[in-house]
Amino acid sequence: MNLRKWLDRIEPKFLKGGSLQAFYPLYEAIDTALYTPGKTTAGATHVRDGIDLKRIMITVWLAAWIPGFFGMFFVGLQANEAMQTLGQTELAGWRGWFLNMLTGFDPNSVWDNFLHGFFYFMPIYIVTFTAGILAEAVFASRRGHEINEGFFVTSILYSLTLPATTPLWMVALGIVFGVVIGKEVFGGTGKNFLNPALTGRVFLYFAYPAQMSGDAVWVPVDGHTGATALGALATDGGYNTSWLTAFIGNIPGSMGETSTLAILLGASMLLIMRIASWRIMLGCLVGMVAMASFFNLVGSDDNPMFAIPWYWHLVLGGFAFGTVYMATDPVSAAMTDRGRLYYGFLVGVFCVLIRVANPAFPEGMMLAILFGNLFAPLCDYVVVQNNIKRRKRRMAHSG
Amino acid sequence: MLEAYLGLFIKAVFVENMALTFFLGMCTFIAISKRVETALGLGIAVIFVLGITVPVNNLIYNFLLREGALSWAGLSSVDLSFLGYLSYIGVIAAIVQILEMFLDRYVPALYNVLGVFLPLITVNCAILGAALFMVERDYTFGESVVFGLGAGTGWALAIVALAGVREKLKYSDVPDGLRGLGITFITVGLMSLCFMAFGGIDI
Repeated sequence: MNLRKWLDRIEPKFLKGGSLQAFYPLYEAIDTALYTPGKTTAGATHVRDGIDLKRIMITVWLAAWIPGFFGMFFVGLQANEAMQTLGQTELAGWRGWFLNMLTGFDPNSVWDNFLHGFFYFMPIYIVTFTAGILAEAVFASRRGHEINEGFFVTSILYSLTLPATTPLWMVALGIVFGVVIGKEVFGGTGKNFLNPALTGRVFLYFAYPAQMSGDAVWVPVDGHTGATALGALATDGGYNTSWLTAFIGNIPGSMGETSTLAILLGASMLLIMRIASWRIMLGCLVGMVAMASFFNLVGSDDNPMFAIPWYWHLVLGGFAFGTVYMATDPVSAAMTDRGRLYYGFLVGVFCVLIRVANPAFPEGMMLAILFGNLFAPLCDYVVVQNNIKRRKRRMAHSG
Repeated sequence: MLEAYLGLFIKAVFVENMALTFFLGMCTFIAISKRVETALGLGIAVIFVLGITVPVNNLIYNFLLREGALSWAGLSSVDLSFLGYLSYIGVIAAIVQILEMFLDRYVPALYNVLGVFLPLITVNCAILGAALFMVERDYTFGESVVFGLGAGTGWALAIVALAGVREKLKYSDVPDGLRGLGITFITVGLMSLCFMAFGGIDI
């Protein structure tokens, strides 16, 4: 274990009084990412479970790669198909150089498709990670808190909500906004009230709508346009795909949100390991079904979005991804059990409400989750106050 | 008719939220949002006052101030709309005073809940702002009732949500320079970003 020895040897330099004291959070982050932290309980132990913040965050991070891999494959597949239709066989730039060297552009080859998407997702992820961790490290060193695994989750979720063609400087700008304004000004992980990944994403959405929405940004091939299913519904009123295709994920959209199948796999992983709250997911689902059915019942002559049934809402846009990975963020969600049900319900309702009633935004999940985050403390407040009232009544009765 | 009123109400609550879209009533919004309980009291007071003053000002505008409004008195060419600001704020102050005395005498429970907030919101710009919006958008009497209640509800919703978030943020570790007002402004800004979700809804 030479690495362990080396880390131990350089540790004193980072401790109080050492020459590199200011960089302790960086040292600590690298050390505890590689090894189990050496801290142990001094007195009698009270641990009931091996779970801790690190393990929770890393599990979510791993689970997020499932829709990530599916997303890369479908981005590549759509790109290769578009290239075939347009008769392009070469790709300019460094991506083309790599792809020409490694594989071809055959839409029938799983490997070609995956690699094509990989070369769009990975640069975005690397930029996200580097820019975000730098911003976090600056704050951590100045303010003396640790850099923890929360950022792993933020970085992957943020990357997965972006369109494949997002310019990399924009990626960096968004994640820095999310990390600094969404999280660090409140004191770091666990102290924010909005999901930092979504804060960054929404910032980009409002600041650069041309690069974040429309029908030319989802498939990374010049000259090809493919609207998201929700976008197409909002403009033409018809489905541009079949339900099964949408469920499996071969539709234009942000990189991680398209495959409901993969998201369900991730969801079952999170639920079986009891990482994410089933109450929030259930609340979202019930809220979405309730609101969608309500709109179906009301009906409308001039707005085709009213007629979308709930099982379409489920597979289109970011609903599934948001429900499983974003709304369940333990920091920005409600904390009480019943509060989580209310909070989830609110998110589901507002998602459908924004999709259907707001002609400016065909997709509403990220805004609905942020809106839910805003009211999560109130959900808790109501639940806590009700508990107090009930107990007081019980006291009065028994006393 | 009912549908139009419902649309107007929803628009006043969410789409054109007094606090988070127009940033009106900011001083009270930020000062009295440390605890959910007090924020709720203030919110109810604002709903109450807006629900009464906007329709009353609507009557004053339509029957006294606007051009040709005095035709019932035979003065059809008189235009008193330059007295608008003065009249609206006067009406608001007077009504709040009367309301306070009325509640103190007949509904003491509600009076105790509202407490100091009732006189305080006389000078809340959201109240005057709603009166001016009413004039600008030429609401009928019925619409002004709905708009007043809706604008009040929206403002109340925003301040209660802010109070909830601020109670949660008590456990945060905000950098020294941003403690207090600074972080509250950032919070309000982020809340307003969330409320942009409704921007563009046309009811």
